[in-house]
Amino acid sequence: MVKPPDFITAMTGRLDEQAARHMVTRTPQTEALGFQFVSISEARGAIRVPWRADLVGDPETGVIASGVVTTLLDHVCGLSIRAANAVPQGTLDLRIDYMRPARPQADLIADGHCYKLTRTIAFVRALAHDGDPDDPVATAQAAFALIGGGA
Amino acid sequence: MSTETTPAERLAAFLARTPYIAFLGMRAELAGDEMTAILPFSPHLIGNTLLPALHGGVLGAFMEMTALAQLAVITGGPRPAKTIDVTIDYLRPGRAMDTYARAEIKKAGRRISSVHVEAWQEARAKPVAAIRGHFQTPTEG
Repeated sequence: MVKPPDFITAMTGRLDEQAARHMVTRTPQTEALGFQFVSISEARGAIRVPWRADLVGDPETGVIASGVVTTLLDHVCGLSIRAANAVPQGTLDLRIDYMRPARPQADLIADGHCYKLTRTIAFVRALAHDGDPDDPVATAQAAFALIGGGA
Repeated sequence: MSTETTPAERLAAFLARTPYIAFLGMRAELAGDEMTAILPFSPHLIGNTLLPALHGGVLGAFMEMTALAQLAVITGGPRPAKTIDVTIDYLRPGRAMDTYARAEIKKAGRRISSVHVEAWQEARAKPVAAIRGHFQTPTEG
């Protein structure tokens, strides 16, 4: 189980790679889904979820469930906000468009970009793909309330 | 459809065929044609251990699965509908406790349906989250 001091650093401290890795892999739900840290850069983050049989939505196709994509996109939005040195309090809204089914048994990668911060709100875009970011499986647009803001 | 199935059979078939529903631990109950989905609390659903709170993605996914289950109950095809888009509103933190959801099919189209879902915990009048979504009816054959 997570030691509280590490967790608090991951949630609120300056985001170095170790804290980012912790945020991606060490919450109970992301651990259960098998999320893997890919990268962070200024206001951007990336996460991978390896294909697994118990995460499938339709056993006839073998494609990862859209619900897994929802959690992946929500989490990569939070990661990119942390990579912009802000601290998300929670998601306000998250809009997801599913462009096409993922390839059967394919891993998914999500890229997030926090493109605007106000005192209280972070605006984020993200996409999920199965190998080619120019041919996404899903795209997302989200607004998050920030800790320290008035929301 | 050539074979007649009851709503309860269609619901049971949808829940049983989806591995991700077992991963979440989601169940559903039917009272006539009204379905209530239940997400029993489980530690693996936590996204924030400090509060603690359910992962926002879990709430969104649970409501989306509720919409798909309700569509399976009323339309009854062997294949589940496909999600086109969802807009999730987060209204209150999802606490470390059981969550319930009900779906309202605003329009059941031949090809595309529009569904609203609300999820709550302690009180139905205080929803923790809601979604609006569009879902594509699978084409047969």
